Amino acid sequence: MTTTSTSSKAKKSDSIIAKIKPSKKNKAQEISGAEMVIKALIEQGVDTIFGYPGGAVLPIYDALFQQDKIKHVLVRQEGGALHAAEGYARSTGKVGCAIVTSGPGATNAVTGLADAMLDSIPLVCITGQVPTFLIGTDAFQEADTVGITRPCTKHNFLIKDPNKLSSAIHESFHIARSGRPGPVVIDIPKDVQFAQGKYINAEKAEMHSHYQPDISPDSDLIESAVELMAGAKRPIFHIGGGVINSGEVASTALYELVQKTGFPITSTLMGLGAYPASDKQWLGMLGMHGTYEANWAMHDCDVMICIGARFDDRVTGRTDKFSPNSKIIHVDIDASSINKNITVDIPIVADSKHAIKAMLDIWNKKGYKADHLALDNWWQQIDIWRAKNCLAYKKDNKIIKPQYALERLRHFMQQDKRECYITTEVGQHQMWAAQFLSFDKPKRWLTSGGLGTMGYGLPAAIGAQMAHPDALVIDVAGEASIQMNIQELATAIQYRLPVKVFIMNNQWMGMVRQWQELLHGERYSETYSEALPDFVKLVEAYGGVGLRAQTVDELDDVIQKMMSNDKLTVVDVMVAQTENCFPMIPSGKAHNEMILSPEAEAFDKTLV
Amino acid sequence: MSDIKIKRRKKSKSVYAPTPKLSKEEIHTLAILVNNEPGVLARVIGLFSGRGYNIESLTVAEINNIEHLSRITIVCSGTPEVIEQIKLQLDRLIPVLEVSDLTIECEHVERELALIKVVCTGDKRIEALRCADIFRARVVDSTLESFVFEITGTTDKVDAFINLMSPLGLVDVSRTGIAAISRGKKAIGSF
Repeated sequence: MTTTSTSSKAKKSDSIIAKIKPSKKNKAQEISGAEMVIKALIEQGVDTIFGYPGGAVLPIYDALFQQDKIKHVLVRQEGGALHAAEGYARSTGKVGCAIVTSGPGATNAVTGLADAMLDSIPLVCITGQVPTFLIGTDAFQEADTVGITRPCTKHNFLIKDPNKLSSAIHESFHIARSGRPGPVVIDIPKDVQFAQGKYINAEKAEMHSHYQPDISPDSDLIESAVELMAGAKRPIFHIGGGVINSGEVASTALYELVQKTGFPITSTLMGLGAYPASDKQWLGMLGMHGTYEANWAMHDCDVMICIGARFDDRVTGRTDKFSPNSKIIHVDIDASSINKNITVDIPIVADSKHAIKAMLDIWNKKGYKADHLALDNWWQQIDIWRAKNCLAYKKDNKIIKPQYALERLRHFMQQDKRECYITTEVGQHQMWAAQFLSFDKPKRWLTSGGLGTMGYGLPAAIGAQMAHPDALVIDVAGEASIQMNIQELATAIQYRLPVKVFIMNNQWMGMVRQWQELLHGERYSETYSEALPDFVKLVEAYGGVGLRAQTVDELDDVIQKMMSNDKLTVVDVMVAQTENCFPMIPSGKAHNEMILSPEAEAFDKTLV
Repeated sequence: MSDIKIKRRKKSKSVYAPTPKLSKEEIHTLAILVNNEPGVLARVIGLFSGRGYNIESLTVAEINNIEHLSRITIVCSGTPEVIEQIKLQLDRLIPVLEVSDLTIECEHVERELALIKVVCTGDKRIEALRCADIFRARVVDSTLESFVFEITGTTDKVDAFINLMSPLGLVDVSRTGIAAISRGKKAIGSF
């Protein structure tokens, strides 16, 4: 009896040990939620993360401190972190990454998320959250982050179980970069960051298995599209940011297709750089402040090949008068973009690069030739429009015209051997930059197109400079926009980023002033800044270099000094105060109703 | 007076575009298969409110508790272009597995259940019971002064029954909204 009892006891204790031992081993494999976050980010290839610490993300910052694979960039406001991540993503093609705390941290991030949503920028934003047991109690720095960010993200997660955390992070990256890219938020309560759990590798991660967007085009539709192209008399390519998102392969294939067909090409604001602006088939940007030739060609064309653009209202003008006599081929990776604003004839849901390559294949295989006679006539017509010289402006010998400032900037940019990245804020300076600076490569032009976020440019420049330390990164800004995120000058100083800020200072919120002049009876309601900082002294206070140009004679010298400087430099260019941005399609007019600068004085300002 | 005149002239000559003309509105029944995860209903409803679409009726319940799938039946109204956008926008949501427009894709059956409380005595009580019998409504609760009827049928039938009950002492109505399924072999979702 005794022996049996002892043996059974021994067995029991053995079994207990046996049970404990493997579980101890398991425990050893378990890591904290915060460590999982870092491990998953590293596995996803993140090398730079933009953020701002706070109570609800302390454990993650602690884990960040104990590693050296990810570089953290400390911004001065969470909004800056999101725009910097956008700049990083837009200039590299990778997923941008940001981390902010709960409550105000998350709400400050909302603008950046909405911006990335509208411009299809892949972002992953980690937000801290109050511990799970405090959610819903109006705890300190609690906000319903998933509720607030739901409509301005592609997807968002609230993670309550540490064992699901690593999968969710892997899935976030998958969602952010697949299909039409966009921002994803992962909200992680503080107790989940502390809790132990099992890390799951990217390959083994549990995902919404169905989310594999279809990216290859329907071959029948491509064939009918190419057939339509071959028969076109007055064709035009109209491309957008989707071509840039699709990668450099798309731009290369597009160049080949445009060259082969001999068709003219225009692009949206977001698509600038996808096709080289130095090429003679390039008509310039279209839309509200697009060129005369691009807009008229869009209006009069008979076949429009739209790739990776979404017919935004700033592009179409009045939709019922948009390109009235054309057959439209629309390639977009997002099915809901097709037939949303403009009804099209051949809808193709596909990734741009696949669609362009397929078009090129069919064009070559079937030995199509463009109708050269018709095309010659079309180009003659386009040359008549071009001869209008729609970007002309009245030059001045003393006062710096904003257009002139950008022409000189372009001149010195073209002489510079470095890769050049341009970011902008939002307003007149943004439109002038789009018109006067020329981009020959994709991913060199970073601007807030869809949301029109003032304050985007400086943090985006910081993000781009982090990704390309040796490149020349210039934020073309206005004096009003730059003040919306001017605190990020300190970030540029902290990381020794030689970002250049080219402020075109007219002391007005220029674009709003222009609308008030032309469309609201010259009633300038609250658009003049009576108090402005001395930008030169301001940047010096931050520890950077400040320069000012007040006359035409000073301008070249100042730009050269800015370019040769290896420090953060802010240039305050005092430009003509009441210059308007032309050409312009007044809101709600058609492409052929645009007004040019000489006609502007004759513009009936009583039509308000 | 002169102020008013100026305002009128301005309005007629505005440079801003007139609102585009819209085509005729239709009513469609959509069946949506989704992953049953937190927030999925908020995503669907938020899409409708955020983009200004109309929901006439919405019904949701889990239909597969192993794979955690829910089926949402939405009756929505809008122009054909808007309905098309609704479907494409729904399809864009990550937890949405399938969107099926029962109104155009196939013939389908629609049913709604309602619980209807009627408070009455005397002749009205007898009349209420007789009407319930005609409509094949069942009595699921009864006191000396009240009935609760359960009725299942198309929206029209339920509406008709409710109208009939209203002079007989109707005090409370609870309706489930429409549940719909296609006729024949075709199915959405897999079990």
